[in-house]
Amino acid sequence: MATLEIRDLHVSVDAEGAQKEILKGVDLTVRQGETHAIMGPNGSGKSTLAYSIAGHPKYTVTSGQVLLDGEDVLSMTVDERARAGLFLAMQYPVEVPGVSVANFLRTSATAIRGEAPKLRTWVKEVNAAMTQLQMDPAFAERSVNEGFSGGEKKRHEILQLELLKPKIALLDETDSGLDVDALRVVSEGVNRVRATGEVGTLLITHYTRILKYIQPDFVHVFAAGRIVESGGAELAQVLEDEGYEKYTGIKEVA
Amino acid sequence: MSSQPEQTKGSSTAAAVSVAQPGSGAPLAGPGTGRTHSEVLASRGERPTSYDPADFAPLTGREEDWRFTPLKRLAKLHEADGDGGAPADGSDKIALHLPEGATAVLVGQDDPRVRKAGAPIDRTAALAFAAVKDVTVVTVTKEAVLTEPVRLEVNAEGGTAYAHVVFDVKPFAEAVIVLDHKGTGARSANVDLIVGDSAKVTFVSVQDWDRDAVHLAQQNILVGRDATVKSVNVTFGGDLVRITPNVRYTAPGGDAELLGLYFADDGQHLEHRLFVDHSVTNCRSHVTYKGALQGADAHTVWVGDVLIRAAAEATDTYELNRNLLLTDGARADSVPNLEIETGEIVGAGHASATGRFDDEQLFYLQARGIPEAEARRLVVRGFFADVVRQIGIPELEEQLMAKVEQELAQELDR
Repeated sequence: MATLEIRDLHVSVDAEGAQKEILKGVDLTVRQGETHAIMGPNGSGKSTLAYSIAGHPKYTVTSGQVLLDGEDVLSMTVDERARAGLFLAMQYPVEVPGVSVANFLRTSATAIRGEAPKLRTWVKEVNAAMTQLQMDPAFAERSVNEGFSGGEKKRHEILQLELLKPKIALLDETDSGLDVDALRVVSEGVNRVRATGEVGTLLITHYTRILKYIQPDFVHVFAAGRIVESGGAELAQVLEDEGYEKYTGIKEVA
Repeated sequence: MSSQPEQTKGSSTAAAVSVAQPGSGAPLAGPGTGRTHSEVLASRGERPTSYDPADFAPLTGREEDWRFTPLKRLAKLHEADGDGGAPADGSDKIALHLPEGATAVLVGQDDPRVRKAGAPIDRTAALAFAAVKDVTVVTVTKEAVLTEPVRLEVNAEGGTAYAHVVFDVKPFAEAVIVLDHKGTGARSANVDLIVGDSAKVTFVSVQDWDRDAVHLAQQNILVGRDATVKSVNVTFGGDLVRITPNVRYTAPGGDAELLGLYFADDGQHLEHRLFVDHSVTNCRSHVTYKGALQGADAHTVWVGDVLIRAAAEATDTYELNRNLLLTDGARADSVPNLEIETGEIVGAGHASATGRFDDEQLFYLQARGIPEAEARRLVVRGFFADVVRQIGIPELEEQLMAKVEQELAQELDR
């Protein structure tokens, strides 16, 4: 069973020449089949956690460990981490002009699966996944994320999640900028992947809204670079009612 | 009218306007402009042209149109004969493939077709003009629709060569013309393309030279009434390549699409200087040049001069240059110049950007399992793909993308 273990993770970012510590000792274990919600106010470092695990070059891990099934993730390159089974759905996916979605998806699937998917079954697989996410087939011919609306970008991220079938999915603010219809479609996509029981999900969010569609098994409150409280789904309701003030001293709604 | 960098649509100003763009009036100086100081320049339309090399002073390298070019590497193509110039001693192998509907003939310099498309704009073009007594004229018959391209293949085997070829495409004809340059040596050429009324021409010049070749070429494109021309320059090889395409229109309704891609490796100097002279009404020009650079002292220059003369009402023009720096130590100069003498135009604009490889793109692709080298390849392919796709000749498009792959493979081998 796949397990992601984060142990006493400290991460810094270069801020005008000086190293600024953002993560100050994060401990968390996510197992296949589990869904963990990381909730916290803006600036608490929750996105940094996701990007550090994925290996974004902007962040420097100063101490601690990240292990996937016992393997040292931090010594892997970004693409090795993805091939090991990590997936990061980004809050702001990047435009890649001139590279079609179809080409991108196939190149990516080939890398992750270790061989090129058979063309016939692949086309069916992509079309089925796109239909479920209510994406127009013409979408496949567009350049990656170029000119996509916010909702299209998020659907495209979840489309990749469904096709790449990671062991651990990190979903960074997947709900932000989505209207209710798009949120429902995107959440259904995440739930289909979860229903396979083969993925561990780390859902990063500021607001509780998405948790009405994607029920977490665990909720963790993130503040000032670490997890300050953990509980079950009921903790989200507490945050909904009381906000993050208790953790930050600043009145901010969840 | 302001000097905003993006397209100005549907100006309704009745009076003549002049736009202070870099290169017209007082050009900007400073990083990225290639200028250390700003000075007032004459209009591009006033720059002299001549068939006589004596009308051009010997080059010093300080001239506005030569300031980027390393003259020492010109293989003396800028020196007059008897004045240290390079005599024509090259042994180029030339192959000319003429499909049905096209014919070729050698003519003297007094033939009117030889001087129809435009006069030399600089000393090297004038020297090349003077050096070629027998000019090749390829004629595409009126109303002929060629089923295969006219191909002129140059395989240079060292030495110095001067060349002059005129492609005379008669009215209502449709043709694809491909010039292919391979091998090594020093070559200075005038290439004329006369696009007859209502003719449709795609003209491709591929500079696929060996690493040590030197190539200068003035391309004159004369666009007839309601004619359509698509010109494509592809420059990958050579030590120094300097191409100067010039576009003029004889009558309203002309449409010129000018595409280019170039890829400079260590030490290569690849220069493209365009001039589109809008002097008649209702014509269009659209320029898209894209370049990638990698390695120490890889240098590219793109200059796009567009002049909309007072008489050229209802002109629609746009030019774009993008450069992608793949490694440190490379340099791309990009200078769009737009001069507008009438406000009665459909649109006029330009955009120029030179950027480094985008690490966020790389991260995104790698985060989907794609190894770094392949991710880089995807991004560069994508960068060139949108200009290559506009060529409209699938076979050539595939060849060019394969060339891009090859260039990238060279980088990865290092």
